[in-house]
Amino acid sequence: MTPLQVLESWLRARLPAPAFAWLQEQAAILSVHSGDARLYMAVSLVARKIGKDDLNATPEERSAADQVRRGWDPTDWSLDQAARIHLLLAGGGDGARFSHRLDQLCATADIGELVAFYRGLPLYPDPPRHAERAAEGVRSNMRAVFQAVAHRNPYPSEQLPEGAWNQMVLKALFVGVRLDPIVGLDTRANPALARMLTDYAHERWAASRTISPELWRCVGPFATGGMLDDLKRVLTTGTDNERAAAALALTSANNPDAVALLKAHPVLVKSIAEGTLTWRSLAQAI
Amino acid sequence: MRFIDPHIHMSARTTDDYERMAAAGIVAVIEPAFWLGQPRTNVGSYIDYLSNLVGWERFRAAQFGIRHYCTIGLNSKEANNEALSEAVLEILPRYLLKEGVVAVGEIGYDDQTPAEDRAYRAQLKMAKDLEMLVQIHTPHRDKKSGTIRSMDVAVEMGVAPHHVIVDHNNEETVREVLDRGFWAAFTLYPQTKMGNERMVDVARKYGSERIFIDSSADWGVSDPLAVPKTARLMLERGISRADVEAICYRNALLAFGQSGQMKEEHWLSPQPIDQRVLFEGNSVLRGQQPRVNELPQIPEHSEQIVIK
Repeated sequence: MTPLQVLESWLRARLPAPAFAWLQEQAAILSVHSGDARLYMAVSLVARKIGKDDLNATPEERSAADQVRRGWDPTDWSLDQAARIHLLLAGGGDGARFSHRLDQLCATADIGELVAFYRGLPLYPDPPRHAERAAEGVRSNMRAVFQAVAHRNPYPSEQLPEGAWNQMVLKALFVGVRLDPIVGLDTRANPALARMLTDYAHERWAASRTISPELWRCVGPFATGGMLDDLKRVLTTGTDNERAAAALALTSANNPDAVALLKAHPVLVKSIAEGTLTWRSLAQAI
Repeated sequence: MRFIDPHIHMSARTTDDYERMAAAGIVAVIEPAFWLGQPRTNVGSYIDYLSNLVGWERFRAAQFGIRHYCTIGLNSKEANNEALSEAVLEILPRYLLKEGVVAVGEIGYDDQTPAEDRAYRAQLKMAKDLEMLVQIHTPHRDKKSGTIRSMDVAVEMGVAPHHVIVDHNNEETVREVLDRGFWAAFTLYPQTKMGNERMVDVARKYGSERIFIDSSADWGVSDPLAVPKTARLMLERGISRADVEAICYRNALLAFGQSGQMKEEHWLSPQPIDQRVLFEGNSVLRGQQPRVNELPQIPEHSEQIVIK
């Protein structure tokens, strides 16, 4: 199955017959006609014709999505988003043409459309071509648009260059959205990001403001010197969640000094070893 | 009492305004597309402006617990730049079906030139083809004949009167607008158009059927609290609560609600999916807590300022 077919099967199972018939008709027209105006109109009409109910993908559907396209996670998708991406894919076109249409659509999109277009990033042809589009979504001030790129979306970890990736993680903290739903958060961790995050932590401390415990997740693997001092500070003076985060970060540091710091905190070390304390469980607790 | 301001240019206003409006009971606003005080020189700046209305401004309003809708159109002033006009009319259909677009507007006449007439008719045709409502801006100069002409042309183009909101009425235009079955909106403006004392008299004389008020607040001297302030004055002057509610809330909802894009449930019981897109985030609050449910009280005296 292709992503197009998967989307179609989800929509067929959920939409009333007239709405699904409308969608199929539009998809059929788009697959043979080359006019862009028709695509723009059909994509805009989706909210009115299809509605905005939650997709509520079943566990089987989610795992099927992941098999068709590794990392594709439709949790939190809605019907209009699935239908808009379906129409975009039905319109076809090679990378250049697809990307041109996507630019045009984004230039005149409403918020709901932007969220859909960015959620669809992992499904579009010629993936490297859309990296600048993804970075543009990360720059959005509309939180839902930012999250459409950053959360449960495998595209950024696969295609964003390091600078854009680091901006995305830092911005997530800056605008107060969770880090845990970012796909590839641990594999794309890097020393430059660890440095940016600790600088950010110092800024927040200087202003007497709180810091998300999740910040330390991307610091841990590269923690040495001053970063270890920061983690020590959090481990001894932080809230329960912050102490848990410091322990998790130090565990990932793979460094004898970090191991030494953890010695004084056997309860946390035990929870980590038993798997009851993880970055995910922490994200759910904060 | 809840209020709707069905004509206000929020992109020209500050967050202080949003806070005061929400505190005063305004739950929804409609922002008509118009000009920026000086004419645009190319279609690109129009595209950015219209995108702002369906995107950022809608999101920004939601940060303060206010639902934002808009009308999309080429205003009469800029219709006089024919090269611009042609290009804008070409891209308008891409915006008319966006979420929260409740009408084609504000369109109509300014100087009543042939170029304005062409753009007006072209947009009436779009409204007819897409089964949309129309919001008419009536001219400041030669108002009465301009208003009559606006209605005549709308009917000639096949748009039903009950699908048309005629805005910026005064004592001279309201009778004919209502008699012909159009909606009659009044703009409360500190210096021109209607004063709110005059509005009380209009309400006494014409009742509340198909009549509503707005602030048209923009980048000029104007008052984003004009609707709640006028409501207060009407109550003080003995207009019934039911009539005040109709003029300051219900009728705007009835008129623009015909679009299917604006529903009372949007602010009374928002859907989770809407909350995810709109009622979230703190990017305009710069580190403060979002104040969706908890707005600061406006100072006692500002409610009592009566527009002269």
